Amino acid sequence: MSDTNEKIKKVSIVVSKGSLEGVYPGLIMANGARMEGIEANLFFTFFGLEAIMKKRMNNLKVATVGNPAMHLPSLLGIIPGMSAFATSKMMKEMDKLDIPPVGEFVEMVYDAGTKLYACKATVDMFHLTMDDFCEQTDSIINVGKFYEIAAGGQIIFT
Amino acid sequence: MPTKTLAGKTVEVDDEGFLKNPDDWTEEMAPELAKEEGIGELTEGHWKVIRFIRKDFKEKGQIPTIRRMKNEGGIPTNELYQLFPQGPAKKSAKVAGYGKPQGCV
Repeated sequence: MSDTNEKIKKVSIVVSKGSLEGVYPGLIMANGARMEGIEANLFFTFFGLEAIMKKRMNNLKVATVGNPAMHLPSLLGIIPGMSAFATSKMMKEMDKLDIPPVGEFVEMVYDAGTKLYACKATVDMFHLTMDDFCEQTDSIINVGKFYEIAAGGQIIFT
Repeated sequence: MPTKTLAGKTVEVDDEGFLKNPDDWTEEMAPELAKEEGIGELTEGHWKVIRFIRKDFKEKGQIPTIRRMKNEGGIPTNELYQLFPQGPAKKSAKVAGYGKPQGCV
């Protein structure tokens, strides 16, 4: 570790979760990086891919089961509509802060210069093609290519 | 409190050169503030952003986010990044005479 406070020039963020609360941190961090003039890449893998899937990206939900920080007993979390309810509450709060819905956010980070990639292993596993992804998706890449793209910068796993 | 002279007027600024009091700002100061941020000639595109920030702050009491500039101000995000590269929210706020934006988006 060097002890100079050298500025971060590039971040590559892995989004591996497909819940709403799993997707937002990566988007906010990528967007925030671009706002600071930092180069940003987003690599969507496993269920995180839902964030850039045309049919799924605007229907992501907050997980209400198995999340102690929700302060909601898991037994109640399984009630139909609970996840939708929690999601709509959270979306409203985020909208107040001008945090956009996932589809619009993906567009914004792309327009801000972030590059978006889909993970090849997941794409193969779920039998997906480029047609399943939003137009902002740059390409489907494997792990090796990801490291190539991330070279010289920081990698953040979410 | 540091001060600096912009367009012949001495104003209070913070450590990073953002104006302390937005009411001190005049349009004549914008080109000088832009220069500090490495922005050359202010084009009509820059002015559209500056005017929207000034107007929106007067109405809402806070600096608009990049999303708000896009949705309410009609300033596409990619254009904003071209006009104020390497820090569009910060730089546009500074040129428009406001403090550093505090939000995360």
